[in-house]
Amino acid sequence: MANHAAVIGVGQVKYQTQRDDVSIAGLVREAAQNALDDAQLEWSDIDAVVIGKAPDMFEGHMMPELYLADALCATNKPILRVHTAGSVGGSTAIVAASHVQSGVFERVLTVAYEKQSESNAMWALSSKQPFATHLNAGAGGFFAPLIREYIQRSNAPAEVGMQVAVKDRLHALRNPLAHLHMPDIDLATVEASPMLWEPLRFLESCPSSDGACAMIIGSERAAAASPKKPAWIRGTAMRSEPTNFAGREQVNPQAGIDCAKDVYRQAGIQNPRKDLDTAEIYVPFSWYEPMWLENLGFCDIGEGWKLTLEGATSLPEGGDIPWNCSGGVLSTNPIGASGMIRFAEAAQQVRGLAGDYQVEGTQLALGHAYGGGAQFFSMWVVGAEKQ
Amino acid sequence: MSSNPNESAGPVTMMQAPLYLQYRFTAGTSSLSFLHAIKRGRLIGRRCPGCESVYIPCRGSCARCGVATCDNIELTDEGVIDKFTVVHIPIPNNPIKPPFVVAHIRLNGADNAFHHLIGEVDNDKVKLGMKVKAVWRPESEWDYGLDNIRYFKPLGGEHD
Repeated sequence: MANHAAVIGVGQVKYQTQRDDVSIAGLVREAAQNALDDAQLEWSDIDAVVIGKAPDMFEGHMMPELYLADALCATNKPILRVHTAGSVGGSTAIVAASHVQSGVFERVLTVAYEKQSESNAMWALSSKQPFATHLNAGAGGFFAPLIREYIQRSNAPAEVGMQVAVKDRLHALRNPLAHLHMPDIDLATVEASPMLWEPLRFLESCPSSDGACAMIIGSERAAAASPKKPAWIRGTAMRSEPTNFAGREQVNPQAGIDCAKDVYRQAGIQNPRKDLDTAEIYVPFSWYEPMWLENLGFCDIGEGWKLTLEGATSLPEGGDIPWNCSGGVLSTNPIGASGMIRFAEAAQQVRGLAGDYQVEGTQLALGHAYGGGAQFFSMWVVGAEKQ
Repeated sequence: MSSNPNESAGPVTMMQAPLYLQYRFTAGTSSLSFLHAIKRGRLIGRRCPGCESVYIPCRGSCARCGVATCDNIELTDEGVIDKFTVVHIPIPNNPIKPPFVVAHIRLNGADNAFHHLIGEVDNDKVKLGMKVKAVWRPESEWDYGLDNIRYFKPLGGEHD
């Protein structure tokens, strides 16, 4: 039986297109310092560091854990780098949590980042591969065919994707750290934005952001000593599957279904729509909201788009399961950090520290991240109570 | 190298430092059978002894069953569009002019799909499940790779 662990500090930065005032080391240091300040701890209180980022190809920095060790005061401490493509922010937090749940460490700093302004993340993974046709048209080019398949299967009307794009940007207006603040956003603006990969328009896609997110995860004893309310980690799960195999269900991946079932079982969740108060879900392209609503068991297969259209996932519309109240990946996307932001925002909700986008009385929240060809999944459930 | 060669415009805050890597690639037995075949204009897939799925391009193992694939299976150059999108932005270092259709093609007799272009049809006439056939480059241009196929075109001309 694992020991209890809790998020006792959260640190983020103001997300924007380019942070030219800091290096990558400065960026991760800023997020980590903010997390320490939130937990009212010193660097010397940290026993281990777990760091994550998306593929090294993005900024071209190999082994960032070596380069960043001194900025994170990891001298004479264990430092471990995690990588699971776009889900890395989530899996990094889970590895840090298991450091504490194992009983070996008291307080672990975990941080994830991306500095897209110093990289070419849009195309870094789309270069010509040996012996294959050169048709990798970025992440949107990969996911658009799956989205088209979802629309065909579910008979969803075209405006569903645009409605998610508007909803998450309206949420972002409540979050001062969000990258995109678009007060005039509406369906017409989204519809008028350029088509990139049918059926995905420019404004149905995530932005390119610089940013880092950090958390301090502490033991039961560390949480008891913490000045602010802790977010108790009630379940963690990761699953993966290969990108391509015969008969693979790409639209509704089995790994996501299994990962959700595992984390719900640990947290005692029977009905996610009823039992969870809010969720921060990795939605980098608008249509992934209805697709993940189904994959994560919030509704039956083919019904996800109806929840979106009804406003069930909207905070201002008073939906019963507000998703991505912080603005989500559609409003802020430092890729390696995007998963950790989901996990951290779920924690802030149960700590009651989510400011203008707080879902009142949140007891249980889900953080979710996915990556690769929708093949790596990481999820945690955090609670206001220990169990 | 300064991103801003005009010194009066302020301090340099960014520099471009491209990296170039060269690889020596060991294809492995199953990929080699595919590559040697396509150099001669033929399409070879491989069957999984567990689930009987046929993979093309050949794979050394079935990712579903976790076992080594065995028999080579020759396939025709006809199949169906399994999934697709219309791409409206150019791919860097690729001369294809947008908008173009990138499709997941599943050859007849195969159980997985690979990415390729669709040609000789209006983009808005492309449909899921459409039957297609390869249009090959001239034999003199054949090399080791799927680029020997220029694109796939709808089979038979008229389509709904």
